[in-house]
This record gives sequence, structure tokens and C-alpha cells, in this order.
Amino acid sequence: MSTTTIANEEQVAEPGGFRHGDYLTCDKGWKSWAFTLDHKRIGVMYMLGVVFSFFLGGMFALVLRMELFTPNPTIIRSGDTYNQLFTLHGAIMIFLVIIPSIPAVLGNFVLPIMLGAKDVAFPRINLMSFHLYVIGMVMLVAAILSGGLDTGWTFYTPYSTVVSQTSVVMAVMGAFVLGFSSIFTGLNFVVTIHKMRPAGMTFFKMPLFLWSLYATAIIQILATPVLGITLLLIVVERTLGFGIFDPKMGGDPVLFQHFFWFYSHPAVYIMILPAMGVISELITTFSRRRIFGYSFIAYSSVLIAIFGFLVWGHHLFTSGQSPVATAIFSILTFSVSIPSAIKVFNWMATMYKGSISLQTPMLYAMSFLFLFGIGGLTGLFLGMLSVDLHLHDTYFVVAHFHYVMMGSALVGFFGGLHFWWPKIFGRMYDEKWGRIGAIGIFVGFNTCFFPQFIAGVQGMPRRYHQYEEIFRPYMVISTIGAFILGIASLIVFVNLYKSLKKPYDAPPNPWGGATLEWTVTSPPPHHNFDEEPKIYDPYNLEAVVWDPETRSYKHLEGQGLLGDGEQDA
Amino acid sequence: MSAMSDASHGAPEHPEHDPHLAHHFDDAQQQFDAAKMGMWTFLVTEILFFSGLFCAYAVYRSLYPDLFEGAAKYLNTTLGAINTLVLLFSSLTMAWAVRCAQLEQKKGLILTLALTLACAFGFLGIKYAEYSHKFHEGLLPGANYSAALHQGPEWLEEHGVDIHSHAPIPEAVEQAALAKDGRSYGLFFGIYFAMTGLHGIHVLAGIAVILFLLIRAIQGRIKRENSVIVDNVGLYWHLVDLIWIFLFPLLYLIN
Repeated sequence: MSTTTIANEEQVAEPGGFRHGDYLTCDKGWKSWAFTLDHKRIGVMYMLGVVFSFFLGGMFALVLRMELFTPNPTIIRSGDTYNQLFTLHGAIMIFLVIIPSIPAVLGNFVLPIMLGAKDVAFPRINLMSFHLYVIGMVMLVAAILSGGLDTGWTFYTPYSTVVSQTSVVMAVMGAFVLGFSSIFTGLNFVVTIHKMRPAGMTFFKMPLFLWSLYATAIIQILATPVLGITLLLIVVERTLGFGIFDPKMGGDPVLFQHFFWFYSHPAVYIMILPAMGVISELITTFSRRRIFGYSFIAYSSVLIAIFGFLVWGHHLFTSGQSPVATAIFSILTFSVSIPSAIKVFNWMATMYKGSISLQTPMLYAMSFLFLFGIGGLTGLFLGMLSVDLHLHDTYFVVAHFHYVMMGSALVGFFGGLHFWWPKIFGRMYDEKWGRIGAIGIFVGFNTCFFPQFIAGVQGMPRRYHQYEEIFRPYMVISTIGAFILGIASLIVFVNLYKSLKKPYDAPPNPWGGATLEWTVTSPPPHHNFDEEPKIYDPYNLEAVVWDPETRSYKHLEGQGLLGDGEQDA
Repeated sequence: MSAMSDASHGAPEHPEHDPHLAHHFDDAQQQFDAAKMGMWTFLVTEILFFSGLFCAYAVYRSLYPDLFEGAAKYLNTTLGAINTLVLLFSSLTMAWAVRCAQLEQKKGLILTLALTLACAFGFLGIKYAEYSHKFHEGLLPGANYSAALHQGPEWLEEHGVDIHSHAPIPEAVEQAALAKDGRSYGLFFGIYFAMTGLHGIHVLAGIAVILFLLIRAIQGRIKRENSVIVDNVGLYWHLVDLIWIFLFPLLYLIN
């Protein structure tokens, strides 16, 4: 930990058979990756899958936006092709990118180290999760190649069971497999957090990122199985004509919508909660202040998880469900804004009078605050019954959920990626290009999606490949924004990729974080800790100071340890 | 499930290490607790997996009570009751196996696991008999349901159907049979096959893991230190049993 540059050390066999060296170089060959039980390597492999899928889904989005540059069909001639493209964009972005992004990539890498543990509780199940992810990805891509998919990512019946001519069964089974990948990740995290916390680290002394991963994992465990059975029912309906969702045989398609959203609304919180955890870590580290209202942020994660289960009916306001149910779901929907706002206010209070440094991860964190603010507040418009009747299935909805999923969840992922990148790969990326990428994403994103709010309020329906002339200005601006966003994403990943060409140059603690992963070398050793870890208070940032000698932050000798009697601010 | 309590890890172990303790756990107690909690969490996901079907059952039964009562009379209550007893007995032998594993009684462990396995096969055998009877009688889900086939050979001959030929039943005869029954029971059999089918798949998975345990037991590789794996398989098996305890009255005993 004492030198800035850690050269690729020779592999030395120690007594007891432990190989020395960091986790990236301790073993070689593709098998040492594909069948590894090391949570860090599994996280890195997830990262490759997520980034690949992000660019695949992004390409579909750019084709869609290109078509929408003009009111009349240009590059996409038929509505059917358009249906396929937006379905694939949605399905890939949700199942392959956003859901696994933070938990499976960053969570996998950081969670055990933050706990001072050598690995997650069940390394084999962790590896199985990754293999299921790959199988699910192959099945989704196979569905694309063998007839596409045009149901929308929601697979609504009876369109998906009776009407659609595309490879619904393959895609649905892919989503089923991906669901189990997600369940097993969640199961691993819950057990690891419960059983492997170090002595002295109670639940309320844990980093907030772990609280958010814990809340996420609870949702994954409780909601995803319901999606699993729903998808299986689609398969048997389509192949064997079971009729459970088919009105012709007495079944009820609205029941499908209830089942589907019972998972998929909580799934929105599977996407956003981990991002909120990342933001908690970023804001406190780059403001150099103890997180404000620790227990409020922790409890609000759990509250969001609980409320998230009770609001699925707001996706069915226009489906004909009973007025009483509709009113209750509307009220419950508003209640989700309480824990969300608690978080935002606490983050802002953390920044207040902090010494803020605007490094790349912090730029993403501040983008998050702004974009999540817009995404969350526009959700209240949609939760309001009278307004929703007007806005239902318009571009307002499209803009709202992109602000939450892309603008918040993925921006949180990008922020976390830049935050932990030096830890994961041992190299610093170019700070200037990192900031340009972050600002580019912020500008491109708002240019792309803000006009869609206005188009939606004016009544532009979603999911059409042609539109009325009056919407043209919004669509033109939106398409320009999409391309800015695409270029900015490219800048981000080229910049990150270029850093990999350098030798290791990242100090153990480049940002001054107080959580345990910053106390080990960058990249971490194979078994995370070469010696028994000291357990530090994750938010005692005053004990972490810049050490010019090692060009790294480090804990003052003997300070900031858990149990120092420091109280929550 | 078996991986959950599997001790080894890819990395080389300390030579002085307990061979049953994975390197990332501090001690055997922590490993035991984690394996137990992992299994319970997994069982929660299993319950939610089935809950969708139970929910569909509740919705449709409250919408169409007559459909459920009318259709349930075509289920064989005797065979269902025998299967309930078979599974209950297998839960007893499984619980016994857990005790044998903890006391390192190798013979007892092999015997109880073999009995559990036999019960699982017996259950599936009876289920097979029930299913093939339903197939034969046209008691199938949704689109494949045929009302005419279970009216009996006399009724079919009365309506001019040659019961020895495999020609499809004329639409008019099917309509007459539906009129006689008053309605199609296809939706009920959709739910019946979905619930018992998913349960059957879980019995199959149970057979796989019990067989795995049996082989390990014969090899003498199940010791007190790693007996949590028997414990966990037992928990899973009890859940499979428990779900059947709910399925049996909900499907077979409602008229």
C-alpha cells in the first residue's frame, strides 16, 4: 500500500499455496476468468456484458431516433419493424443493462471488500448467476436473430400469446433465465450482508451502498420469482394454449398485467436503489463531509423497497381496474416520493458547507440529483389519476421513465464506474476527458428527453414511427440530443478503455473514501486483504487525509476506526 | 442448492484448514449459518414462484366458482390422497435422514434417503397414471380441452362417433357435449396442469438432489461437519411436500 505504482508482481507461491499478486494477474488463461469463483473477476465479466449490451441497445435507440427525425417514414418503412426495434431496445436495456449494472458489476466487486470479507457467501452461486446471465443474453440475441420480438418489453397478452408472429418464446425464456440470475445475486448479497459483517460493523455502521444493495436484494428475492412464473405461463399459453390469460377461454389479460407489474414496478426500484447507494458514497466522499442523516437514508432505502411493492396498480389506471383500487394505488404512489425526497434532501445537506471537488464521479452525482429530481417529480404527474388519463401512453411517460432509468440509474452506474474504476483496474483515467464525457451525457440526455415531456403533454402518442407535423421541432431536438448522448457515451468508454493501456498508476485511495475497499491496493489482492483488515467508520472522512508522499489519501494512524464513539451527524 | 453448502473454493487452501470449511468463512458456525440462511431465502423465492399460480387460482375460483366445482369431480381423489400420504411419509424419512447425518449413522442415512427417493418416484408414478387418464379423456388445458371425450363411449356412439378411429371429433358433437356439461372446464385444467406440473418439476429436482446425497452417503462423504447439506435438501423437500398439502385440498377436495 505504500507505493504509488504497483508493478505487475511476479507470481510467488507462498507457504500454504496462496499465490501472491493482485486479482487481475494472479491467474492467466480464459478459464481462470470464465470459471473463477472470485467475486471481483465475476464483477469485471459482468461489466463487459453490461457495456456490450449498452452499446447494442444504444444502437437500436439511435436508429429509432433517426427515424423520428422526420414526421414521415424514412429509414424504417413499416410499423412492424419499428415495433421490433423499440422492443429490443427496451428489453436489452432493462434486462441486460440496467438491472445487472450496479448490483452485479459494482456490487459484486465492492460488497465483500466493504465488509472486510474474502468473498460473497456463496461464490459458486455467484458464478452460476453470471453463467445464467450469459445464457439469458445468448437467448435474447438468438430471439433477435430468429424472428425478432415486437411485443414491447412488457410482453402484454393476448398480443404476445396469440397475435405476435415473432420469437416470443425464446425471448421470454431468456428473460426467465435472466430473472434467476438476478435472484441468485440478491440471495448472495442478503446472506453475505447478514452473516459476514466484521465484528463491530452493525447494520447501522455499514456503508450506505450496502444498505441500498440490501434493499435491492430483498426486492430481487421477493419480486423476481413472480415474473418467473408469469413468463412461464406465457410460454405454456403460447405453445400449449393454456388459456389462463386468454379471454376466449375465460382467462383475463388484466391478470397478466397485475402479475407483470407486481414484478416490474419493484424492478424499477431494483434499478434505482443501487444508484442511490452509489450517490450516497460519491456525495459524501467528494464533499469531504460525513453523510448527513445516515439512518434516514438507510431507512428510506428499505421504505422505498416496501412501498415499491404496493404501487404496481398505477400501471393499470386505464385498464378498467376498480375505481377504489385505482384511488388507493394513486395515493400509495405519492407516498413513494417521501423516502425518495428524504434521500435527496440529505444528499444536499451533506454537500452544504462541504469542500466539494468537482471530479468526474461527483459530476455524475450532481447530474443524478438534477435528473432524478425531474424524473421523480414528473412521476407525481403520472400518479395523479386525472392527469394520467391525459398523459397515458404519451411521450410524457417515455420521457419520465428515461429520466429515472437512464438519467438516474445509468448515470449512477457511470458515476460509480468512474469512482471505482481506479480500484477495479488499478489505473487512473484521463480526468479531463472524463469530465467532458460526464457533461456531454448530461447535456445530451436533457436535449434528448426534455422536449419529449412537451410533446407528450401536447398529446404525442408513444410507439409510432410517424407523427403529426406539429411535433417535428421536439422530435428534431430530441434526435440531436440522442446523438450527443451517443457520442458522449463513446467518449466515456473510449476514455476508460484507454486507461487500461497504461501500467498501474492508481494509488490505493485516490478520492479520499473512508470505506474499506480504499484501504487495499488498487487493484485489490486476490483474497482482498493480505492481512486482517482494520474496520474503519465508513463516514469518518476527517480521519482520511492526503498523503503527498504516496500521492494517496490514507487514514491517520489509529483514527477513524469503528467504535471510536463518533456519533452520526 | 447443493452448491450452497459446498465447502471448496477454487483457490488453494491452507494445509491446516478444516477441509469442510471454505476459505472465505471465519469458522464452521458462520459457514453453517450462511448455508442455512441461504436455503431459507431460496425457499422464500420458491414460495413466491408458486404464489403467482395460487393467486391465479384464487382469482378464477372467485370469478367462476361453478367452473371449479364442476371440474374437480373429474379428479381422482383416491389417487390424490394416496399421493398425499406418500409425500407425508417421505417427509418423515427425510427428517430422519437429517438426524442420521448429524449422528453420522451411515447405514440409517442410506436407508432413509433411499426410502425418500422411492417415495418421490412413487409420487411421480401415480401422477403419471393420473395425467395419462386426463389426456385420454380430453381433460386438457384451454385450447386442447375436449368435452366430448369424457362423456363415455356410449354417449359418443349415440352421437355417431367411432371411438376406435383417431379421426377428430366433429365440432357439432363437441358442442353437444359442452351443452351437456354446461361449460368448458379448460380453464380449470390449465390451472390444474400448471400447478401440479410445476410441483412435479420440483419433485424431479428433489429426486436429483436426494440421489446426489445418496451417492455421497454411500461414498461415506457425509460427516457431521458438512451435514448441513442434508439439512438443506430436507428443507427443500419439506417445502415441496407442503406445497402439495395445499394443492391437494384446493384442487381435489372442493366439491
